[in-house]
Amino acid sequence: MSFALELRDVRKSFGKSEIIRGANLAVQAGERVAIIGPNGAGKSTLFNLISGRFAPTSGEIHLHGQRIDGKRPFEINRQGLSRSFQVSNLFTRLSVFENIRCAVLWSLGHRYAFWKFLADLDDANDRTEQILEMIKLDKRRDVLAMNLTYAEARALEIGITIAGGSSVILLDEPTAGMSKSETKRFIQLIRDVTVGKTLLTVEHDMGVVFGLADKIAVLVYGEVIAFDTPDAVRANARVQEAYLGSVLAEAQAAAA
Amino acid sequence: MSKPKEFHFKPLNVGRWIVWGLFAVILLVAPRIWTSGLAQTMLTQMGIGIIACLAYNILLGQGGMLSFGHAVYSGMGAFLAIHALNMAGAGTLGLPVSLIPLVGGAAGLVFAAALGYVSTKKAGTPFAMITLGIGELVFALALMLPEFSGGEGGVSSNRVIGKPLMGITFGPQIQVYYLVAVYCFICTAAMFALTRTPLGRMLNAVRDNPERVEFVGYNTHWVRFMAFTISGFFAGIAGGLGAINTEIVNGEVLHASRSGAYLLFTFLGGATFFFGPIIGAVLMVFCGVLLSELTKAWLLYLGLIFLFMVMYAPGGFASLILMNLRVAAFGKLKKLWTSYLALAGTALAALIGAATMIEMVYHRQLNEALGPELKFMGATLNSAGLDAWFGAGFLIVIGVALFELVRRQYVHEWGKIQEDIEKEIKRREAL
Repeated sequence: MSFALELRDVRKSFGKSEIIRGANLAVQAGERVAIIGPNGAGKSTLFNLISGRFAPTSGEIHLHGQRIDGKRPFEINRQGLSRSFQVSNLFTRLSVFENIRCAVLWSLGHRYAFWKFLADLDDANDRTEQILEMIKLDKRRDVLAMNLTYAEARALEIGITIAGGSSVILLDEPTAGMSKSETKRFIQLIRDVTVGKTLLTVEHDMGVVFGLADKIAVLVYGEVIAFDTPDAVRANARVQEAYLGSVLAEAQAAAA
Repeated sequence: MSKPKEFHFKPLNVGRWIVWGLFAVILLVAPRIWTSGLAQTMLTQMGIGIIACLAYNILLGQGGMLSFGHAVYSGMGAFLAIHALNMAGAGTLGLPVSLIPLVGGAAGLVFAAALGYVSTKKAGTPFAMITLGIGELVFALALMLPEFSGGEGGVSSNRVIGKPLMGITFGPQIQVYYLVAVYCFICTAAMFALTRTPLGRMLNAVRDNPERVEFVGYNTHWVRFMAFTISGFFAGIAGGLGAINTEIVNGEVLHASRSGAYLLFTFLGGATFFFGPIIGAVLMVFCGVLLSELTKAWLLYLGLIFLFMVMYAPGGFASLILMNLRVAAFGKLKKLWTSYLALAGTALAALIGAATMIEMVYHRQLNEALGPELKFMGATLNSAGLDAWFGAGFLIVIGVALFELVRRQYVHEWGKIQEDIEKEIKRREAL
């Protein structure tokens, strides 16, 4: 059987330093995967490789059984993969409504059309309104993206990511910088808008990880050292070593 | 799964019909109001300039592409159009004069497609550099091919060809004006329509955030390339109309100074608004024809205006007009008009001082043989004496000092009014 997303021995070097050292991962359709790992483990780099921002140095990436490594971001997006960014990456001088509409146009087949008016594209406009309701920004539809509050900008970021209807969604730290209560609401929102989709998310907040994910992938020094259910990952000795190693060493040093 | 069919209510946009109707009426009656030969020449040039500046703004304002070489496409349009006109005159090309501008448009389109494919791969500074390079290249090449460009003398033609159709020969300037007016209206409408299409909107998205565009399925290079080609087409039409208007085309039409003028006046008019370049084009003709008659130092004054605009009102005249219209819509403009009067008065004083000095410098440099005396604004000044210089300097110092005082007061008032307006908007929203 083919996986929704599969990484086979993916490697990436910047100059002489190898950031991703043979990452393997196989995600089944409909799974929600959280990718965790210490700072500098290469989580964001991994997302950049999958989404086509960078090409991997070696290895293969398959999306629904088709190779996507080395392809351009827009080609990968057209095959059904969409990503969000850690720092909100919006069309700042366009309204909230236009931001979402830009993200639905390609998926509805309007391509580079200059012979039809946006106002007449009922499918695109309806879909945009739906997305706005889903991300609860329908009241702010005419506000320019640059004038949104932080939490609203994060919601719009998610909205742009899911608007095209991609089946595989990559979220890069969707709740970074949010307050506790905002985070809680936001997780519910992410759950709602990604029903039936394959979800990969990078997260630091363990509460978010356990609230959102069916499976957890642990990335340490550019390698996936564990990929399992949350409970199994918690019990995994290598993960404990990677996460708690320094703490243990300190404890031993203190005891000595 | 069936979804209830949603009902779409699309009201007729009355405001838009009024604006376009008004635009058509202005184009129609302008030469009836200003009937002199000079006025008709200027109006014709304005119509051509409007097409060129709007075409340029597809790149600058809507696509965020700073091109330093857009005269290449209007210029190539002009050359191909004048050759087509000559061929039509000789009977080897069966095309009426009224369709010759389309030859220019096609030339602009083809050249933009060929040359723009490379430059639109990049955005930002590399794009600007490539357009600059291509501009220089094409200008140099054109002069090296005298069969095509006519060398220094250029290619001349005669627009009165064939039998007159319903009395229209395109001999009289007024007939050329109406030809330009028709093209101007259609091209403006077409370019406005472009901003309402998927391509037009994605072009805005590419301007704001090219990286994200690639992650929603669009190839930024292709979006830029298509916009560049369309812009080249309209620039070519402007060039073709220019060729019919002047009946002579030389290398000047390809020169970087022409590209610079498009950039400068599009910006002055206001690149962030669709109609901004229309204001810019009108200014372009006024400055090129009238200001240059008034003083030899006109480029210097133009540079100063541009400098102040970039620093204080980067949205150009269009944004100044719209911001004040907003204030007026909330009924608060009357609070500001005394400030405007004071600003204008003090600025005028400083300007007169500066202009006096500039004119005296120019007089000493260029007209030394005529003696130290020059006439300026009705007064006779002695550019060799100390008192004229002292008076001008005094005027500048006083003018600038008072202007600064008034400006601070004005900025304070303006900020307060904007706050009031924001509050008022919030209050209305809450209702």
